[in-house]
Amino acid sequence: MSFFGFARDVGSAIRRPSATFSLGFLAFGGFVAGIVFWGAFNWALELSNTEAFCVSCHEMRDNVFEELKGTIHYTNRSGVRATCPDCHVPHEWTNKIARKTAATKELWGKFFGTISTEAKFTAMRRELARHEWARLKANDSLECRNCHDLAFMDFTLQGKRASEQHDRFLASGEKTCIDCHRGIAHKLPDMSGIEGWN
Amino acid sequence: MRGFAAGLAVLVLLSWASAAEENIATLRGAAISDSPDPAPMAGVVNKDLRQVRNYPEQPPTIPHSIRDYQIDLRSNKCLTCHSRTATGESQAPMVSITHFMDREGQFLASVSPRRYFCNQCHVTQSEARPSIENTFEDIGSILSRLRRK
Repeated sequence: MSFFGFARDVGSAIRRPSATFSLGFLAFGGFVAGIVFWGAFNWALELSNTEAFCVSCHEMRDNVFEELKGTIHYTNRSGVRATCPDCHVPHEWTNKIARKTAATKELWGKFFGTISTEAKFTAMRRELARHEWARLKANDSLECRNCHDLAFMDFTLQGKRASEQHDRFLASGEKTCIDCHRGIAHKLPDMSGIEGWN
Repeated sequence: MRGFAAGLAVLVLLSWASAAEENIATLRGAAISDSPDPAPMAGVVNKDLRQVRNYPEQPPTIPHSIRDYQIDLRSNKCLTCHSRTATGESQAPMVSITHFMDREGQFLASVSPRRYFCNQCHVTQSEARPSIENTFEDIGSILSRLRRK
């Protein structure tokens, strides 16, 4: 049987009303199957949204993850820790799916070894960093603000420098978190020619 | 004779070593063979208040935390506030103009490469108790003491 013949048979079977299954079976069975499929989809989605998943590739484990370990977002007095998806994947659904879809390009990169060595990664890190800065600039540092809310900040507990800067630039909306806090969790690429770094 | 000289040398070396061991013991609070509990790590002074220099040429100390500040070939975090162009926004003190000078005394347009690595000279301060007494005296107090005499 040709492929097109098979497809035509399947098509007509889908269009024809069921002769053996009750409407109740089809309705409730469909409902249960829907829950199972939706649950499985979300389960797989969340599985790919963990630190363990991210560092299962050596590109992440040996480079950016190593750099993260010494920083305040990983090692600190209070034991709160931000893992990869906390900063790199939006938390609410629509943007999360959009980001996850865009991130399938990383599978291509993994397959062809785009950053499979340290030298390749170093050569590309400026471009990769600029993607993340652009993303955070465009969404007004949304991932930072999932934890750090301007309205919740006690300026009196901040250093003099920090409170003045936050008052002047963050509260006024003139700048967003990433404008000043680039390189807070990873090493910076060559910053020559980038605004504010000269 | 040679044996005597060698014996003497070993004796001198041993007494020197034991004296050194005692000195180490006063600094680390235990003999070299013991492993005492380390002192708690002192926090970095983060008050943003400029400190008085102990002598005019002293590189000013850093009055804030510099955790994870990257200073290398690729970037210099300090200069994002202390460079000439950044001081308007940051209100931080600008790097001294002497840092623009090369070794021939010629002024460059920006910080000279030999002055690029800030924390070779500028350091943060910690709240640690000094492990040995410091008898440093400011030149001002020495001069006023001499004048009184």
